[in-house]
Amino acid sequence: MANSLYNGMRGLLTFVGGTMLLLVIGASVAAEDKRSWKPLAADGIHDPASPAVGQLQAPSDALSKLPAEIGGDQVGWAEALRKGLIAPRAGADPKSGTQATVFDSDILLSPNGSLPPVRFPHRDHTQWLDCSNCHPQLFQMQKGASRISMVRILDGEQCGVCHGAVAFPLTECKRCHNAPWNVQPAPGGKR
Amino acid sequence: MLRTILLGAGLVLMLMVAYAPSQAEYGDVILNKHSEKSGVRPVVFPHWFHRIRFQCKVCHAEPEFKMRAGATVMQMADIMGGKFCGKCHNGTIAWGVDRCDLCHSGRPGLATGTAGGHKTGGPGRY
Repeated sequence: MANSLYNGMRGLLTFVGGTMLLLVIGASVAAEDKRSWKPLAADGIHDPASPAVGQLQAPSDALSKLPAEIGGDQVGWAEALRKGLIAPRAGADPKSGTQATVFDSDILLSPNGSLPPVRFPHRDHTQWLDCSNCHPQLFQMQKGASRISMVRILDGEQCGVCHGAVAFPLTECKRCHNAPWNVQPAPGGKR
Repeated sequence: MLRTILLGAGLVLMLMVAYAPSQAEYGDVILNKHSEKSGVRPVVFPHWFHRIRFQCKVCHAEPEFKMRAGATVMQMADIMGGKFCGKCHNGTIAWGVDRCDLCHSGRPGLATGTAGGHKTGGPGRY
């Protein structure tokens, strides 16, 4: 009787211990940051013989502290801004006190396409950019007035001026095409 | 048989090397229109470093830097006059133009344009 109780307790303890161990391993794997950045001397564009190498900040030093993302430079810049991890200035001179003029308005684009519509957040964009960066050269001010096409975007125009170069790349379809379709079919029956 | 396997492995290795992503950081810009002709290394401009400190519009609004690598025509004289990089790189906000090597730090022979991994595989021009 005592022996079977002992065996039972031992089994239970082994089970609990094993589960805890697995949980700890699981948590550490989830928390592990798999991102890596090349040191400047090995990035293929800096001259390893340049006196700047060793003086300039290493990408990993700054970027590893910012939220992870799959595409681009593996940094979630909008999230970094939201969380206050970075506070990029709106003007060159810190004394000028220039503030960003944030415009909070979402625009729904391409409601009848073959991919879900795009919800364009003005807010996330105006935290970095001035209206004149996009309007009117890239996009007309009036909603629906510009013909936006993925072909042009993939060719580095319109959204593609930044997305694919400095903002998250065009392989992240659903980051932009994220809004639900209007259940009402468009004229002609096509969604 | 062994030869075929070795040949196959060699081919796979070659393909892996050929398709290895660029090691530079996303959005790094190389400026080499005038640099090497003037006897200095090409400039490497790291977008990542600057965007931590400044919003895009600080450099890209009031059409200063066009949003196309290599599209902005500038000379050192402009920068020394407080234009372009010289807006900050003046010894007050950031290091001054006397620290040539800190910006002119690129490998010789690089072409003007953007470098960096994870770039869209499309035909885009940046």
